Amino acid sequence: MNGAEATFPRRSFGQTMRADVWWTQPLLVFLGLSIFIVYSTWAAFQGSHYFFGNYISPFYSPEIFGDSPHSWFGPKPSWWPAWLIFSPALLILWAPGGFRLTCYYYRGAYYKSFWADPPACTVGEPRKSYLGERSFPLIMQNVHRYFLYLALVFIVILTYDVWKALWFVDPTTGKNVLGIGVGAMVLAINVVLLSGYTFGCHSLRHLAGGFLDQFSKSPTCYRAYACVTCFNRRHMLWAWLSLFWVGFTDLYVRLCSMGVWTDWRIV
Amino acid sequence: MKTATFKIWRGDAKGGEFHDYTTEISEGMVVLDAVNHIQATQANDLACRWNCKAGKCGSCSAEVNGMPKLMCMTRMSELPLDRPITVEPMKAFPVLRDLITDVSWNFRVKKKIKKFKPRPPDAPDGTWRMQQEDIDRVQEFRKCIECFLCQDVCHVLRDHQMHEQFIGPRFLIHVAALEMHPLDTENRIDELRNTQGIGYCNITKCCTKVCPESIEITDNGIIPLKERVVDEFYDPFGWIWRTLKRLSDKGLK
Repeated sequence: MNGAEATFPRRSFGQTMRADVWWTQPLLVFLGLSIFIVYSTWAAFQGSHYFFGNYISPFYSPEIFGDSPHSWFGPKPSWWPAWLIFSPALLILWAPGGFRLTCYYYRGAYYKSFWADPPACTVGEPRKSYLGERSFPLIMQNVHRYFLYLALVFIVILTYDVWKALWFVDPTTGKNVLGIGVGAMVLAINVVLLSGYTFGCHSLRHLAGGFLDQFSKSPTCYRAYACVTCFNRRHMLWAWLSLFWVGFTDLYVRLCSMGVWTDWRIV
Repeated sequence: MKTATFKIWRGDAKGGEFHDYTTEISEGMVVLDAVNHIQATQANDLACRWNCKAGKCGSCSAEVNGMPKLMCMTRMSELPLDRPITVEPMKAFPVLRDLITDVSWNFRVKKKIKKFKPRPPDAPDGTWRMQQEDIDRVQEFRKCIECFLCQDVCHVLRDHQMHEQFIGPRFLIHVAALEMHPLDTENRIDELRNTQGIGYCNITKCCTKVCPESIEITDNGIIPLKERVVDEFYDPFGWIWRTLKRLSDKGLK
């Protein structure tokens, strides 16, 4: 006997004494994440309308192989199996996708919304057994810091995309001229929001200085830790804003490329 | 004067049920005031533990309208009075009687955690020197009043009754306070992973939500500990880095 057997029987799925509308938040998270997953999967499989002049969708950047002028190593390689669907997005999206999937905030959110483990605080669960993150498959969540390293590389690449988005071809001279279009601003906001989310990562907070017990001996680490902590306080907000905006950025480039929207030049 | 109807759970370890009580409510009242009033006027045998009435002793933990709360810090003005207010004992621990639970399991768990082991004193008079930035993190954890609301709301303990495998958020915070202490030299990472069950925490943040001291239990305590476990057990590049560092330190010596 461990001396902690509770008196009350285990509650059934959804049973609670809570008087508030507890299911609102998990439902909103479920809808928000589902809409993003469906849209991003659809967009990733399209393989077209992902660039518009000097703009490239963040779902397709870096374009390792592809048909656009943004491609790093030219078109689809000849050795690519004919039976395997090709889209430049599928080569890269696993990295930011993995970063979000293993993110501490999203984990807590989707365990509740998609797996009801628990559906909300003090609300009954559908399953009796529980393994947590101690065994396969959820023990794999510990890989999060490796996805963080990749996410940091993506921030650099997407920042370079914003720089490229500022250069337009002058139709009269054929030369590149500096300018600002609405699309460049959309791409820039995307980088800001993704940076806010990435630089507030719990793993980065640990690696920047959280692993130390004596900050005073490593003032640089302490400053980095304080900086990440600052972003980390609003990690959930950054996570949702960046998720929405990265989807919107793809939509903006896509609709401009399809001729539905016009990209206005401001400068 | 306004009135409120309370459904208070009455019973013991063998079982019990809700009893209805109606009482008058005045401005500034908290749930504990109402329960004490009911005890004084309608149910003299109602068992209810309380002490400071200031949110500092952690005695009056209960579940008000299904959420773990300190009764002395839950204002009546925060609660909807158009329907009965439920007051129950904590669900993660055995009931002794009415609103009182046996929380002694927590004290047994605490005894098993490796104690504070400071480095040798910094000064000849047997004292140590610490900088404020070194101790800021730990000071947040020291605010804990041991009300055990976080233990009560944690679904690993509450729903899955894994008291043998998981020490719960309160003691993860206790371990964090020791492990991140600038003077401490003990290593508790192995126990955290193997016997204290940090991997069972799936970051629902319910513990943070109910903490009356507003300690960021998950973000500042549990997740940093999880990251320290990753350092030790799940980061192959970290192992290589540490091995190379050890070898180079040996070489330098």
